[in-house]
Order: sequence, then C-alpha cells, then structure tokens
Amino acid sequence: MTIPAIALTGISKRFGPVQANRDVSLSVAPGSIHGIVGENGAGKSTLMSILYGFYEADAGEIAVGGQACRIRTPADAIALGIGMVHQHFMLVETLSVVENVVLGAEGGAWLSGGVKRARAELARLSEQFGLAIDPDAIVGDLSVGLQQRVEILKALYRGAQILILDEPTAVLTPPEADQLFALLRALREQGKTVILITHKLREIMAITDRVSVMRRGEMVAHLATPETSPPEIAEAMVGRRVLLRVEKEARPRGAKVLEAVGLDMVDARGVALLSGIDLTLHAGEIVGIAGVAGNGQSELLEVLAGLARPSRGVIRLNGQVLTSADRNPSRLRKLGLMHVPEDRLRTGLVTAFPAAENAILGYQDDPVLGPGPFLSPATIAARARDTFAAYDVRPPDPGLKTAKFSGGNQQKIVLAREIERAPRVLLVGQPTRGVDIGAIESIHRRLIGLRDSGVAILLVSVELEEVMALSDRILAMCGGRITGERLAGEADERDLGLLMAGVTEQAA
Amino acid sequence: MSAAPIELPRWADTALVPLVSVAAALAVSGLVVIGIGESPLEATALLLRGALGSAEGIGFTLYYTTNFIFTGLAVAVAFHAGLFNIGGEGQATIAGIFAALACLWLAPLPGLLLVPLAILAAAAGGALYGFIPGWLQATRGSHVVITTIMFNFLAATLTVYLLVEVIGKPGSMQPETPEFAAHAVLTPMHKLLAPLGITLPSTPLNSAFLLALAALVAVWALIFRSRLGYAIRTVGANPRAAAYAGISPARITMVAMAISGALAGGLAVNEVMGVQHRLLLDFTAGYGFVGIAVALMGRGHPVGVALAALLFGVLYQGGAELSFDKPSITRDMVVVIGGVIILFAGALDGLFRRAVAALLRPGRAA
Amino acid sequence: MDAIAIFAVVLDSAIRLSVPLLCAAMAGLWSERAGVVDIGLEGKMLVAAFAAAVIAAQSGSAWAGLGAGILASVMLSLVHGFAAITWRGNQIVSGVAINMLAAGLTVILGNAWFGQGGRTPTLEGAARFGEITLPFAQTLREQVPGFGLIYDEVISGQSAPAYLALLAVVLTALVLKRTRFGLRLRAVGENPAAVDTAGISVAGLRYSAVIICGVLCGLGGTYLAVSQSAGFLPHMTAGKGFIALAAVIFANWRPWPALWACLLFGGLDAVAIRLQGVALPGIGQVPVQAIQALPYLMTVILLAGFIGRSTPPKAAGLPYVKER
Repeated sequence: MTIPAIALTGISKRFGPVQANRDVSLSVAPGSIHGIVGENGAGKSTLMSILYGFYEADAGEIAVGGQACRIRTPADAIALGIGMVHQHFMLVETLSVVENVVLGAEGGAWLSGGVKRARAELARLSEQFGLAIDPDAIVGDLSVGLQQRVEILKALYRGAQILILDEPTAVLTPPEADQLFALLRALREQGKTVILITHKLREIMAITDRVSVMRRGEMVAHLATPETSPPEIAEAMVGRRVLLRVEKEARPRGAKVLEAVGLDMVDARGVALLSGIDLTLHAGEIVGIAGVAGNGQSELLEVLAGLARPSRGVIRLNGQVLTSADRNPSRLRKLGLMHVPEDRLRTGLVTAFPAAENAILGYQDDPVLGPGPFLSPATIAARARDTFAAYDVRPPDPGLKTAKFSGGNQQKIVLAREIERAPRVLLVGQPTRGVDIGAIESIHRRLIGLRDSGVAILLVSVELEEVMALSDRILAMCGGRITGERLAGEADERDLGLLMAGVTEQAA
Repeated sequence: MSAAPIELPRWADTALVPLVSVAAALAVSGLVVIGIGESPLEATALLLRGALGSAEGIGFTLYYTTNFIFTGLAVAVAFHAGLFNIGGEGQATIAGIFAALACLWLAPLPGLLLVPLAILAAAAGGALYGFIPGWLQATRGSHVVITTIMFNFLAATLTVYLLVEVIGKPGSMQPETPEFAAHAVLTPMHKLLAPLGITLPSTPLNSAFLLALAALVAVWALIFRSRLGYAIRTVGANPRAAAYAGISPARITMVAMAISGALAGGLAVNEVMGVQHRLLLDFTAGYGFVGIAVALMGRGHPVGVALAALLFGVLYQGGAELSFDKPSITRDMVVVIGGVIILFAGALDGLFRRAVAALLRPGRAA
Repeated sequence: MDAIAIFAVVLDSAIRLSVPLLCAAMAGLWSERAGVVDIGLEGKMLVAAFAAAVIAAQSGSAWAGLGAGILASVMLSLVHGFAAITWRGNQIVSGVAINMLAAGLTVILGNAWFGQGGRTPTLEGAARFGEITLPFAQTLREQVPGFGLIYDEVISGQSAPAYLALLAVVLTALVLKRTRFGLRLRAVGENPAAVDTAGISVAGLRYSAVIICGVLCGLGGTYLAVSQSAGFLPHMTAGKGFIALAAVIFANWRPWPALWACLLFGGLDAVAIRLQGVALPGIGQVPVQAIQALPYLMTVILLAGFIGRSTPPKAAGLPYVKER
C-alpha cells in the first residue's frame, strides 16, 4: 500500500459550545483527487483549516507523506507542501497578480528578484497547465474565475504538492467550473494531490477518485467514487436519522396568497443568484424548499421578505402586485407577511438587548406598545411574559439578555414574535437550526397548527427530513433555480436528493 | 489576547469596569503628579476642597458639570447609533454662532420669547452641523469621524471670520461680539434662587444647569423609552437586524447625528448665553473632547453621564483651585485625566474587562 | 521686489510650513496603509516637539533633541498599537485619547519644569537646527537668473530635518513599492487574512508600521520646536496633524501625491500669511480664513465623492480577528 499524502487521525476541534470536528480520520492517496462532501456546517472547512494550520486541533494527529507533524501556522503547512484555495479568496485586490503570487514567498528583501523569478515561473506554469494570465493585471479587475486561478498559482508557486480547494465552484459559472476541473485533472497527471471540498454531488461524481462524507462534525463514510452513486452519497450526507413524525392531517388548501413570477437576482459580480423563480403559496399549506445550502434559498427568502431587491420579476400578495414602496419589511408586516429569518443571531435578534425588546423587533411602531412616540416597558414586558409562557420560552424572563438564552429558546422568541401577530403568510428559514430536540418538536407542532389555521407557510431548511415531514408540497432548488416539485406523499429522499443535486427530470 | 467577548455580570459590566478603569486613570495621573514633585494626596485634598468645600466652589463645579453633561450626552446619543461623533466642538461652535445671532438680531423681542428662541437657535445650529456629516455618511459614504474632525476646524475658522469681519464688536481688539442685551441672557442661579430665600454666592452657574438636567431626562426617555430610541439602539447594535425590522440605518444615522449636534449645542447655551453673554473665540475650550471621556465612562447611560460629568466638573473646578496653591499642577491635568480615561475606558476596554473577569473568578484567571 | 523674488519667498515659506505636514502625512500613510487608523498624529507630534525642545535645551544638541522627540513619539505609537493591535480596541478612541494626553502632559510637564506657562527655554546655537547651505548657492544666485534665486532661497538653506522629511518621502515610496516589507505592508492594510494565510504575522507588520509612524511624527514634531521655532510652545502643532491626515486622504494614501498635497496645503498657509491685509486687484481683500479653511473643505468634498474617488485601505480601522 502506498503511503498516504495526508493522514488525519482522531481530529477534534471545538469552538465554544460547538463541536466542529469530532474524532475525524481521513486518508488521502497521493496523486488523487479526493472529495470531501457534507452539508454546510458539517465541519469540512474547519477540518481543512486545521490541516492548513489556520487553527490547531484540540486532539488528533496529522501525518504528511507518512511523517507525523504539527502544523501550527499556515507557514508550517506551506513548508510541508500544502496549499489552500479558500472559499473567500485570500487575495489582495489592489495588488497585481505577480505581487499576490509572491506575497509571503518574496525570496529576498527587495522585490525585483522575486518578482522576476515569479514571472518566469508563472510563464512556465501557464505553459504547463494552460493557466494563461497577465502577471501585471490588478487582481480586483479580474473575473472571479481568473482570481481563483491566481489563488491556485499562488499555491503552486510555493511548491504545493497537496492542494486543498474549499467550495471552488461556488462562485464560478459552469464553463469556468469545467475549466477548473480540466486543470485539476492536469494537476493529478503531474502527481499532485487534490482535496476538493464541495457539497455538489455532480462535481464529486465528475472529478473525484474517492469521496469522504462528513455530517455534523463527524466523518461518516469513505467511498470510492466509481463504486458509489449520488443517492448513496446524498443519503450519507443527510443521514438516516430517526424519522421525524409530525402529526399532520391532509387539508384542502385555500386561496392563493403569495405568488412570485419570474424572479431573477444577480449579485454585484454579475453571478446569477436566482433565475426564473415561479412560486405560489396557498392559504393553509406549507411549501418546503429543499436544497443544499447556498443554492438560492436564502436569497429567495430575502427577496420575498423585502430585504433584497430582485433584478426582475413580480410578487403578488393577496392578489395585489407589490410595488417597490411595498417591498420593505415594515410595510410587508402590515400586509400580513411575517418572516422568521434563517440567521436569527445576525438578522432576527439583537442579542445585546433584553429578551422583551427582541419580542417587539419589527413591531416597534405598533401603537399598542405605548403612547404616541413612546414605548411602555411595562406593556412590552407583560406581553413578552405572556407569549414566553405560551411558547414555553425558558427561562421566562423578559429582562434577561437575549444572548444568554439557548439557541432553541432564542428561536422560540423569534417565532413567537412573528406568529403572535396573526400572519397571513409566514416565511420561515431554518426553524430548527441549532435547536435541541425537545424544542424542535414544539416548533414543528406550532408550524402545523398555523397551517391548520389557514396561514400560508414557506419553509426553507437544509434539513431534508424536516422539509419532508412538514411540507404539503416540496420545491427543490439548485443553482438558484427550482429544479422540481413534489407533493408530500410522493417525495422520497433519493428522488429529492437528485433534484437538489441539479439532476433534473429530463437528465435523470 | 482573545477575540471572544468576555462575559461579565451586568453590575460588573455597567459599574465595576468603568470604576476600575477610572481608578486606574486617576492612579496614572497620580504618578504624573509625583513625577512633577508634588504629593498626590495633598493635591487630591486641595482639589476636593476647591471643588466641594464651599458654596462658591460647588457653584463653579456645577457650572462645569453643565458643559460636560451636554457634550457627554451628545457623544452618548451618537454611540447608541453606533456612530462616533468627535465633532462636539464644531457643533457647539456653530450653535454658539446661531445663539449669538439670535440674541443680537432678535433683541427687540421680550426676554420670555427671545431666550427660548435663542436656545432653539443654538440647538438648530448644532443639529444642522451634526446632520451634515450624518447625511454625508448615509448617502455619500464618507465616514462621520473624519468629516466631524474637519468640521471642527471649519467651524473654528468660520467663527474667526465672522468675529473679525462680520459681527465683531466695533472698535474692539478682541474677536468678540458686542455684549447681548440684559434680557437676552440666562439667569444666574444665585438670582434665580434668591426669591426662594436661598442665597448663593455669585458664580457662573446659571439656568442652563436646569436645562442640562432636563436634557439628561429627555435623553434617557428618548433612548430607553421611545420608539425612535429603540430604532437608534437597534441600528447601533445590529444594523442587519435593523433592516430586517424595517428600520432604515441611513435615516437613523442622520437623525442621531442631528440630535447629537443639538445636544452639543447646549454647551453654547451655557457658555455664550449663560456666562459670557457674547460670542468669543474658542469658547468650547475642549469641553467637546472631554465629552467623549464622559460618555465612555458613563457607558452611554444618562445616569452614568451625569456622574461622569460631575466628576469632571469637580476635576475642573478643583483643578483651577489647585493650580492657585500649586502652580506646577495646572488645569491641563484634567485634560490628561480625560485622555487616560478615554484610553482606559474606551480603547483598552477589552484589557480592563479581562482584568475584572479575572478578579471576579480568581480560580480561572485568564 | 520683482515677481520671481516674491515667488521664491512664498515658495520658501510654503516649504517650511509643509515640512511638519509632510512628516505627519508620511507617518499617517505608513500606519493607515497597514490598516491602523491614526488620528493621533497631532498628539505624537506635540509630544515629540516637547521632548525634542527639552532635551535640546538640556544637552545643547539639536540631534539629541531629535532622538528624544522620536523616542517620545514612538512610545505614544506603541500605546496606540497596544490598544489597536493587541487589544483590538477602537482606533479612533485611542487616537483621541493620545491627542488629549499629549495636549495635557506637555503643558503640565513644561510648566512644572520651566515655569514659563508651558514654554521651554529658548534654543540657541547647536541646540537648534540651523540652515544648511547647499553647494554653489551663492554662485548660482549671482550667475543664473531665476533658477539661481530659487535654488538659493528655496532648495538651499533648509534645515536638516527638512531634508530628512524629503528623504522620508523618497524612502516611503521606495520601500512601499519595491521591497518585501512594503509589499506585505500594503497587503496587510487591504486584506490581513491574505497575509495571515501566507504565513506572515499580521500583528508584527502592524506594529512595525505603527513604530515607523512614531518615528516620522517624531521628526515632524522636532522640526516644529527645534528648527522652525526656537523652543516648545503649548499646542504648537495647531491642527497640523489633522491637516496631514487630510493630505493623506487627498493623496489617496500614496506617497508622492501626499508630498504635493502637503506642499499645496503648506502653500495655502504661506499665501494666507502673505495676503493678510492685501487687497487683490479685482477681488478685494480675500479673507485669510477662507484660505485656511480650504484644506478641510476640500477633504470633506473629496471624501463625499463629489470630486474624484477616495479609496482608503480596505482593512483600515478594523482589528484583525481570524474568521471562523
């Protein structure tokens, strides 16, 4: 057996209360392309940051080329021939390509010598791998694909034998991604080892030799790519957890409440985040969006909630087209569209405030909360006490700083706030992320109860199981598009997994 | 060295940390006193006696306190919106110009009308001069800090120009306006209280002190009891959550800067209308900068601001008395103390929080 | 006086007034290019001016004064670095604190030590930097009309710190552009994470920049007290640290444009002095304050993007925290 290029044994890493990696082991064969898949938050990036010396593991061993070693800083990793292309490029946009390439490997106090050498080396690498690039171009002016090329050149210039790429295609157009894959294959030909972190099954199948699957900080499967299939990987990613059982009766759906037609959204760099989204939501139904994180679900929620502007498309609420003046969160709340945001800590709550003050976030102009321009703390606290009791928020102390509540109870505060005011439409993002089991159940019951009372609910969750358990109808999203629709009864994980991976009906 | 925020009990956070940093700042200042060959204990005794040992001393102390309440509140309101307003000096200067123009041009009006109008003019001047940097940040992206620094200098040069070329007292060598009419100025406290049978020595303390107390209450109500204050605090603590709540961070930036500027204008009311009775050069005398120390030390809360303003009032008045007895300790000592407090309670907050946390949990010292 | 002579005199005065701006601007440029915002240039110059004047008076050597000025300024720089880099404190707050500390301390110590209301003893002879006459100044003045006069009045006859300040511009431009240190420094102000992942210490780079900033402020402050004046006067920096900050913004954080901005602002000052009480044909008297206000006004307008575009280093003012 050949000596593995990288061998990780028993790696564990904790950030405060979060166990990002638990007893992770991994062996990567030299001269191979090794995929690491998992959902967002599965611990892939943390593991690679440990390998690159950005963090030190709490426990575990690393061996590079059979030699046990400690990697304490990126400099150690670079010295061991490890290079990394981060998801957010580690480039200095105001500097030129060649300056970025030599940064940290200048080879002398004066730049001229190192730059000259780097130019020659860049020319050679361009030749060898077809990586044409203008060494004097300013990095900020380059396209994302070319910037990524600079990142790869940086690693190669430092003599990297092992190249880690973290979600490299997340920001690329399909042709750019194809070019990247051609390059990775060329690198493999040269005997380099490539570790590819992704959550896109298509890429795993297209390019890797082996694939390791992570879930919730643990390594759950090591598979040889030719011997596996997307459904098998998807299943390993999602896991066969105890099936969530949510008591739910079939109900006739009501009138059309929310309708989106032809929504497009493009980011500042021109990458399409949403394309041609059509969506209808009826009273008394839960529509779930199934998708691997980062495929446009967040943007869809933000657009519908009035937090982001679509570049094209029409949204109707209760039959009325929303004008641009309507598309702000205050106005939409008044029209009965409430929103439980995906990221409660960054968006849904002000963690420095006492809980009672978060129970009115977004409703600060509600006249019942105080006379005229004033807010009455007594009223706010009394209302919070009531809702906290009704929603079983623990501790039921409205004066306690919000940061001190557990994730589940913070989520209940948000949920209570949005549900309490009788929404007609409720947008819910990741309702149970970071929430303990007991709270999950109560949140689920709450959502079903709302649906039974005639509220139209749009549910976005990376937990496929949750989407399947709650939804009456499921839409799968991939790459900013809706790739398929299933009724609750007819959907199965395998089928949805394929849709989520972008394998559409026609192609399958 | 750690990025993780250090969790402290609320009482420690709001009271102990500022107290420890102020104590440390005073200790450092004591070292400076030792360094110039004086006894810090003797100096402290002289200082306290000068500030609090007589009715006259207390009057002066409260007069200075008035200035610090206004400038401290100005900085505090901006802090709540996540903004750093270093432009208190400039805003107070413009407020002074507005107040002076009102007092001079509206002199035919009766005092009962003129004085409130002049106070409003001061507030409007300060508000306008605070609003512009806020507007530039909200709509043009230029940072409030740099703009307000530049605005301080612009206000100063504008005052020189006006006093020398436009509204200066004819024939005077001093750059100053003519004295305001007797009915255009604020009532000194000793006159205000005389009808009540309270006799006070004549000090610069005037009715602006009452205005400052009212401002403390008003700012407390604004920040902690009003819808606008809620919006201001939300933008300051989490702009993303504010947008989610339908609060426009741009609008709040402008509003908070205007309110901040109006409060800084209180300094002009006290100095120009209450004490000097005319506009003269540099009447702001650095009070605006000390306001930063007051706000940091008071943790942005009006109660804290009041206490910190009182401390600086004592230091100012006591420092003046002290420098009579000990000419080597000039009142610039107060500026040093202010600087050290800003450094300790502001920039080195993390260090002091860490120290207090270690103090509270001796077993798990960081 | 003929036009060229007036021009030479004004230009000479412009340069003299620009030197402290130039030092402080280069200082600010180093600090901010590394990502540490410094509004405490004023305070550092003030402390340097004081320390330089005291030591020059005691030792009788202007050079010893320069050393003391630099040392005092670097100490304040390190305080700023400690707060901003090690403790990730608010850089603006720290800068304000340093300015106040400097303003208070210099007066107190000066008053305690010399009892002249904060002034230091008047410097004479070797305790003050004298004018350095460059070769051929006299010959050129007599033999080459025009240029010879300018050479003698403006280029020659400046003091050692003035020439050092100019050298600082050349060195700043050279080091930033052509050396490893300069490249890393430019990088750390834009994207510290890129520097960190390249295996270079972010804190180390930023501390170096902050120390260089201290050295240059030291030079500027020393020039004020030991060359331009013959001793320290309370608050003698009079906002020069802030005008320098304006010059840095105006120059878009680049050394050569910063030189021109400082000369421009120094020139405005010189013209304002020259025009005091002079009526210009067709315009009448120009208020001196209008000219004095120009640097601040231009900076505000520039920052607001009404003319050109100001692009500060992207990471300026932000403490570096490793992202999770």
